[in-house]
Amino acid sequence: MARRGASLRTALPALVAAAALALTACGGGGSGGGGGGDVTSLRVLDYYNNEPDKTVYAQKLDECGQQAGVTIEREVVPGDSLIQKVLQQASSRTLPDVLMLDNPDLQQIAATGALAPISDFGLSADGYQEGVVSASTFEGQVYGLQPVTNSIGLFYNVDILNEAGISPPKTWDELKTAAAALTQGERYGVAFSAVADYEGAWQFLPFMWTNGGDETDIASPETAEALQLWVDLVNSGAASRSVLNWKQADVKDQFAAGNAAMMVNGPWQFPALDEVQGLNYEVVPIPVPRAGESVVAPLGGETWTIPQTGDPARQAKAAEIISCLNTDDNQIALATERTTVPTKTALRDRFVAEVPRMAAFTEIVQTARARTGKLGPEWPAAATRIYTAVQTAITGGAPPLQALEQAQNG
Amino acid sequence: MAEVTRSAGAVATAPGRPLPSDAAPAPPQGPAGGWWTPRGRERILQLAFLVPAVAYLLLFFGYPVLQNALMGFQEYTTRSFYTGEAPFVGLDNYVAVLSSGLFGTALLNTVLFTVGSIAGQFVIGLGIALYFNRKFPLSGVLRSLLLLPWLIPLIVSGAVWRWILDQDNGALNRFLGTVGVAENPGWLTSTSLALIAVIGVNIWIGIPFNTTILYGGLQDIPQDLYEAAALDGATGWRAFRHVTWPLLRPVVSVVLVLGVVYTIKVLDIILGLTDGGPANATQTIATQAYHLSFQEFRFGEGAAMGNVLILISLVFALLYLRANRRALAR
Repeated sequence: MARRGASLRTALPALVAAAALALTACGGGGSGGGGGGDVTSLRVLDYYNNEPDKTVYAQKLDECGQQAGVTIEREVVPGDSLIQKVLQQASSRTLPDVLMLDNPDLQQIAATGALAPISDFGLSADGYQEGVVSASTFEGQVYGLQPVTNSIGLFYNVDILNEAGISPPKTWDELKTAAAALTQGERYGVAFSAVADYEGAWQFLPFMWTNGGDETDIASPETAEALQLWVDLVNSGAASRSVLNWKQADVKDQFAAGNAAMMVNGPWQFPALDEVQGLNYEVVPIPVPRAGESVVAPLGGETWTIPQTGDPARQAKAAEIISCLNTDDNQIALATERTTVPTKTALRDRFVAEVPRMAAFTEIVQTARARTGKLGPEWPAAATRIYTAVQTAITGGAPPLQALEQAQNG
Repeated sequence: MAEVTRSAGAVATAPGRPLPSDAAPAPPQGPAGGWWTPRGRERILQLAFLVPAVAYLLLFFGYPVLQNALMGFQEYTTRSFYTGEAPFVGLDNYVAVLSSGLFGTALLNTVLFTVGSIAGQFVIGLGIALYFNRKFPLSGVLRSLLLLPWLIPLIVSGAVWRWILDQDNGALNRFLGTVGVAENPGWLTSTSLALIAVIGVNIWIGIPFNTTILYGGLQDIPQDLYEAAALDGATGWRAFRHVTWPLLRPVVSVVLVLGVVYTIKVLDIILGLTDGGPANATQTIATQAYHLSFQEFRFGEGAAMGNVLILISLVFALLYLRANRRALAR
């Protein structure tokens, strides 16, 4: 090689550069992994890039890091790029020590073998709400602990409803009448998201599930009835046809602007809604088909996992962090600051007493279940079928049952 | 993060270490002949200059394309990323993708979207280029303003257009309301209008590209040809037909082929405006490939869908090369 002399020397730097480039692309990980001795820092990956979540978690993670005697090197990525990042890290063996996942994604990632069961590190999900645990469970093993959860409810504009002398609807029939009565001029009675992505499917679930619909086979009369309700709301003009293109953030904007008297949405909208001057709102559970039933809503929120980094010492420290995020006090603190609900059922009464405004969501969460509870990693395909059918029915492409059958059969 | 850079630095210096010892022994004069003749050295030098480009192409172009082609024949799931296991399944992915009820819709939408966008962009772009080909006050400023849609990030344009096209409160429908259109058209919510709206937005985005390239082509046409044509009585339309168009042909073919390759894979604009909805009315092969891979995590099927797209683009690339060769031959 050295013999080639001058001419090759011109090419060598280029080769070295290319090689270095290729190597750095795969490298970057395994840092501090080998040691196995003292663990001084832990890498954490999450997607809380918005306030207040960003700061709340920064503080909690640092606190927990201090208790465990490690510094936290936290990386925050935008929500929709987290899974791609995790898959990259999984294939290059550079997964962080502590990984946050959106709860419906956990089984997908656990199925790869990249996560460690929490029982390996002495953690357990005893005392947690069953639905929450089911989302973090894959093939009988629990892979994550979720400190807080959320769901969706019916927000209503107190002033508009008072003015019209209407009380918040409890049943589907009441919802239809109330929405029709509240529709006036440019204002719609109700707003929800029927958008062509997972948000649309998520918003439809409380209607579908409460009526006895099931995601394993959506082509059922029960699901069709629920879909008929949405179609009726749009066709009667009580909800805008734009629900087809509204994400949940758009729905919140419409409600905040007074363009909708009621909306289906979640507690993460509280901070934005509180900033709107003169907006007076309350939340109730989503109306149910028949009086006296309780709503079955989907569970939201993120779960914290311990990836297989191959270093038991670091994994043990990671387990300490996750355990710390889930102490009674920290569940309450996270729930209070992030307007979510603690996942340990024993904490619920204390929580509602401390934060009365979360009463409605705490009630909703009691009977809620996980999206991946039945289908596991097959959930994304089912969600796609659900929102496709919803869109087909609302655009008038087919009547509800037929739209659901088309979607179910692909 | 700090650790990442540290280890990256270590890796970067490692292969560099042989360098000093490499330089130490002076290049001995090799035996005559073979690579060591002056011509041989020349040849090595030439190859050395090629290495970076070839390495780049292989690494960042060849590898992904090959990997994608392979992936189309594998059952590639989230699991495969961690375990590296992706069993070969023959044509299963292609069968699944091509036989799904959605493929026909997606293919038709892709064709309509591409043809519609290209036609609109090209005709309007050419019109504007011709207009600016004549000098008038402020023409330079106006021409640079035209580049604006090109400079705005697509996600931002998507969000702004979504707001403009909103059914109830969108600027467009508000405007139509003041000029007497009572019915609010659902630009993004009606299955018959959504594709048209998305094409319209994509035309708006593509105009600057078409205008810029065509304007450049027009500037290259010598002015004296028009003067000579005018002497023969060819002005206006006839000058365009017999002077401008024939001389602009090579540029036109570049614009059209690049336009097709750009447009056929458009993803962000459609995702930003409609997410492929309502009821799959704006679902194209590109959006479907994205959905399969990154939302349903069926990477094998997503790759198969992507390969279909690559094949279609390849046909146009070949057409372009042929057209180019014919133009050169002439």
